[in-house]
Amino acid sequence: MNRTRRLKLQAFRAVVFIVLGAFFLVPIAAMLEFSTRGREINERTLNAWGSIVRTPDLTDAITASLEIAAITCIAMLVLLLPTMVWVRLRFPGLNRVVEFICLLPLTVPAIALVVGMVPIYRWLSINLSSSILTLSFAYLILVLPYSYRSLDAGLAAIDLKTLSEAARSLGAGWFTVMWRVVVPNMSSALLNASLLVVALVLGEYTFANLLAYENLQVAIYYVSLVSAGTSIAVAVASLLFAFALLMILSFVGRPPSPIAKAEDADISVGQTVGLSGGLIGRSR
Amino acid sequence: MTAVRSAALTAAGRPIAGSRRLSFSWVGLVPFFAYVGLFLFLPTVIIIVGSLTTKEGALTASNFTEIAQGYVVKAFVASITISAASAVVGAVAGALLAYAVAAGNPRGILRRTVTSGSGVLAQFGGVTLAFAFVATIGTTGFVYLFLKDRGIDIYANGVWIYDLAGLTLIYTYFQIPLMLIVFLPAVDGIRPQWREATESLGGGSWHYWRYVAGPLLAPSFLGCTLLLFANAFSAYATAAALITGGGVIIPLVISNLLTSETGRAQPGLAKALAIGMIVVVLLVMSLYTLPQRRTTRWLR
Repeated sequence: MNRTRRLKLQAFRAVVFIVLGAFFLVPIAAMLEFSTRGREINERTLNAWGSIVRTPDLTDAITASLEIAAITCIAMLVLLLPTMVWVRLRFPGLNRVVEFICLLPLTVPAIALVVGMVPIYRWLSINLSSSILTLSFAYLILVLPYSYRSLDAGLAAIDLKTLSEAARSLGAGWFTVMWRVVVPNMSSALLNASLLVVALVLGEYTFANLLAYENLQVAIYYVSLVSAGTSIAVAVASLLFAFALLMILSFVGRPPSPIAKAEDADISVGQTVGLSGGLIGRSR
Repeated sequence: MTAVRSAALTAAGRPIAGSRRLSFSWVGLVPFFAYVGLFLFLPTVIIIVGSLTTKEGALTASNFTEIAQGYVVKAFVASITISAASAVVGAVAGALLAYAVAAGNPRGILRRTVTSGSGVLAQFGGVTLAFAFVATIGTTGFVYLFLKDRGIDIYANGVWIYDLAGLTLIYTYFQIPLMLIVFLPAVDGIRPQWREATESLGGGSWHYWRYVAGPLLAPSFLGCTLLLFANAFSAYATAAALITGGGVIIPLVISNLLTSETGRAQPGLAKALAIGMIVVVLLVMSLYTLPQRRTTRWLR
């Protein structure tokens, strides 16, 4: 490569990184700036941040969202992991079916899916419970594709058949196989799947809003109508929390789903991209 | 070979009880299929059936003919316009970013930061994203005030952030990172040797881009743009947080039809529109997978 072209390339890279870097960092900085504004010009205060804990609506919603995240996470692991293990061991033929079902929520926009969920939730709230925690049922569907991808990567990395046969021949029951053989062998995949679930649930707005539950994002929206500063402070806090989770995720082993798969040029890009496409649709 | 070995293992493991136990092993699948049936397939059935019936339950096609109403068509056009605009802007900017990243050290800190950051930002959306832009270029936003103090009024012709233009700008915030994630593998597949080969045959930069790199990257670029389109088309929360009142784009129309408290709720039409959205997304996604195959042979 000759000298002038290398210089041109470096200049091009610098321009791209500076312009796009500003485009992505300025809005986040602006939120921080906005949330620390005082009454006077140039006055800086943390009042808006302090009022987060003094707003019961917000603290309730934060608690509810964290509880839903925990329930969804546990339900995902309890429902999906044994099913995937079982299918691999006993019904290999159904593997593609389960994969197809798990990736299906990606092709249905959240706003469309929620239309079909409204009658179900009306029935649930009359006959079972109208608690906000029932949102976990819907969120479990939303997180299926990402959880499936993470767990699939984890299961592909271990020799499930040999491990389970070995444990079984030593007298272990299926619970022992799951809890003491499979789970310890794929801890990083489980962590990946769980972090993704938490990040997705904390950022979810569409379902909660249309099913008339006040989760974190819905509460942020309502608070913004009264106090812009407070709502933006919570928004920044939840955003930084999600960033932290996802950054941990991208440094703990390989990131799941889109990036991990996209790096292998051989993998059908359709699946990958379908995945990341949905990734987005969900959280907004 | 592995299959043969494991089949042999299985057979050896339970010679007699095997067949009997197998007959009950389907029980292990019941919880998953029951759950998916209730919360994924039942809603789908509800949408399909509901779109074809009236509130009283009689069979009808009127929900679909009602899509032809002026405001619904307008919202569909607006949805498609902002999805297309944000997809094209996001695709071009994301492709430039991918090229800038690919030209650097493949194991460098810069590349790692950009790819991790994109993974995070591509998921960023909804209420928080809308607020980020309101705090930036809203009428009391930091950047707006900063520019105004220096004599540049970006709202000289009216405030456009709560408008389709604003929505398009905000959507690019998650489109660019998504483009980087899906397009970077294709750019990485371009080998420096091909450039050298072009030069040894007497070609310049123009020839390289026009006849070598361009044709190789074009299908992937188009595919990724379609993906970005589907992505923006499905987005709801950002618009819902930013725009109050009118159903400017299809997801907002659907939510208005569902939640309208003045007795004007039309669940049937909402379901028909939901089907319309699913059809558009499915169509775009299947178009997306087509052009990929052509170049995968070269871009390994």
